[in-house]
Amino acid sequence: MSGRALFKFRLYVAGDTQNSVLARANLASICETHLREHYQIEIVDVLREPKRGLVDGVFMTPTLLMLAPSPAKKIVGNLSQTERVLQVLGLESMAAHE
Amino acid sequence: MIRNKKRTNENNAKASTGIPGFDEVTHGGLPQGRTTLLVGGPGSGKTLFGLRFLVEGARELGEPGIFVAFEETAKRVVANAEAFGWELPKLQRKSLFFLDAQPSAELIHAGEFDLSGMLAALGAQADEMGAKRIVFDAIDIVLALLPDATMRRREIYRLQEWLLEREMTGLITAKAGGDEASSFGPNPFSFMHFMVDCAVTLNHRVALGVSQRNLRVLKYRGSSFDENEAPFVIGTSGFDVAIARTLGPKEINVSQERVSSGVKRLDTMLGGGYYRGASVLITGFPGTAKTTLSGAFAEAACRRGERTMFFSFDSDGSEVVRNLASVNIRLDRYVKSGVLRMISARTISGSAESLLVRIKSLAREHKARCVVIDPVSTLAKVGNELTAHGVAERLIDWSKADGMTLVCTSLLDEMNGQLEGGTPLQISTIADTWIHLNYLVQAGERNRGLSIIKSRGTSHSNQVRELILTDDGVTLADIYTAGGEVLMGTMRWEKESAERVAKEVAEVAGKLKRVSLDAEEAVLEVRAKSLQTELVAKQVEKTLLERTTHSLKGEQSRGRIRMRELRGGDVMRSKRTGGKA
Repeated sequence: MSGRALFKFRLYVAGDTQNSVLARANLASICETHLREHYQIEIVDVLREPKRGLVDGVFMTPTLLMLAPSPAKKIVGNLSQTERVLQVLGLESMAAHE
Repeated sequence: MIRNKKRTNENNAKASTGIPGFDEVTHGGLPQGRTTLLVGGPGSGKTLFGLRFLVEGARELGEPGIFVAFEETAKRVVANAEAFGWELPKLQRKSLFFLDAQPSAELIHAGEFDLSGMLAALGAQADEMGAKRIVFDAIDIVLALLPDATMRRREIYRLQEWLLEREMTGLITAKAGGDEASSFGPNPFSFMHFMVDCAVTLNHRVALGVSQRNLRVLKYRGSSFDENEAPFVIGTSGFDVAIARTLGPKEINVSQERVSSGVKRLDTMLGGGYYRGASVLITGFPGTAKTTLSGAFAEAACRRGERTMFFSFDSDGSEVVRNLASVNIRLDRYVKSGVLRMISARTISGSAESLLVRIKSLAREHKARCVVIDPVSTLAKVGNELTAHGVAERLIDWSKADGMTLVCTSLLDEMNGQLEGGTPLQISTIADTWIHLNYLVQAGERNRGLSIIKSRGTSHSNQVRELILTDDGVTLADIYTAGGEVLMGTMRWEKESAERVAKEVAEVAGKLKRVSLDAEEAVLEVRAKSLQTELVAKQVEKTLLERTTHSLKGEQSRGRIRMRELRGGDVMRSKRTGGKA
């Protein structure tokens, strides 16, 4: 566990809309459950920093970017489909082990 | 609620699209500060329409714009539009922003999402550049990502609200409708039609193997518009919607000015020539000198220094110039000086509509005042006849509106054209002047005859004339009617020479008669003189005679007195004195 790489996330949300609130909560929960302290989350609110979305090519909110470990991944949606999220992030097997 | 408020505020302002024809159909363009939905099948020209709309704003009206590309990348959109000469890269720096918003193929969904991220980013961008126009190209791509109709609707409303709030003139394009190749479901955007203020469809059909593009405005809140399908063409300048000149405010200037037909006697027949801005139709079978007659018109126009355009669909432009030179119609110098432009478009493919658009744009480019289309019947050949008729009408409307004098030739088919009537385009009914050329076969000859079937607003000769092509030019000759028969060609020449001979004979006879009369007169004069002389002689003789007689008498009386004296008789004095007296 200790040798595990650090997971870097950037979550784009749009203020406090329902999906944004959900996405934040879902991401926090997934990270707490599966990654414990091996993660960093940066929240970008497009309503406050609208131009950042252009840089990352994010047009739909909420969008989760996994910046590390590579390859980078992009997940669109409020992350309520936990199984799918874990699968994409490569955490599925670990979930099964634990 | 918000929408209603906005509408009253904006007072039906229109945002010009810069698309020739479309602004006329909608009386000004898209509804300003509101949303328009543009629906069409694949390849129907939606992206181009949107781009043109932005270019017009950015380049001409000082309204910066944003192009949101959901389908093609911005780079490809710019590259594809390069051919139209809009200089997009130049505009891109300041007044035109492209947003690449293609959903990437690796995009992974996990739960619900919405478009607020994009709208927030766009909002910031729009504020920064002061954008007034925005195009969402291929919204269907994004909508397809959304799981159900409710969510699609929600996002569309989100978009709509966003647009209204920012008072931007929005254009949303979607692949649907128009034809059966549309991407999904029957009419997936029906709710959008209700939502937007203006809806336009583009469709692309193939009729008899010829492509036909049509545009139709479905709805336009708060404005009147032309409800019919209008054909359009994607040409060199982008997008061109063909519409008939809408009657009303723009009445054409009717001119009294005459322009020469290039044939002096024809001008006389027409009472001075064609009217400026008139449309002239020259019909005839192949080889009846239609091209020659229209060439004569072109030459006359060039001689007056008027910019002229000659469209030749039958033969190459240089061939036409060469052929016309054989009848002393010299166009080469005007081609060289640039006054005349020859366009040959032989066996061109495309719909009648696209031909018309090409004719229009070329003539505008050349700033032509006189246009010759030889032959206009080409229009009917390549498209289906129904649309070609509309095209011919539009052609004439267009030339009239621009004050151009238009000469069209039209080939009559030997098979169906025997009756001196219907041209393929039925253009004869709308043309102002209709000149018909035909052959008269007689005495083993074919001769060209010219007659004016109609010429609106001018008194014109009703007589058939013979059209003669010589090395010196084109001219008309009177024809003889003898015993109800029309004499042309050699027969006319024979008749003419016979008359000439007869005239000469009469002249000679008259001269002879005069000479003989002169002679008689001379004889009589001589006789009169000799008689006069004789008379004088007689008179002299007579006087002499009288005098002789008198003196004789005197002598006698004197003699008698003397005798009496001598005899010494008593003399009666009185008698003596009397005798003396």
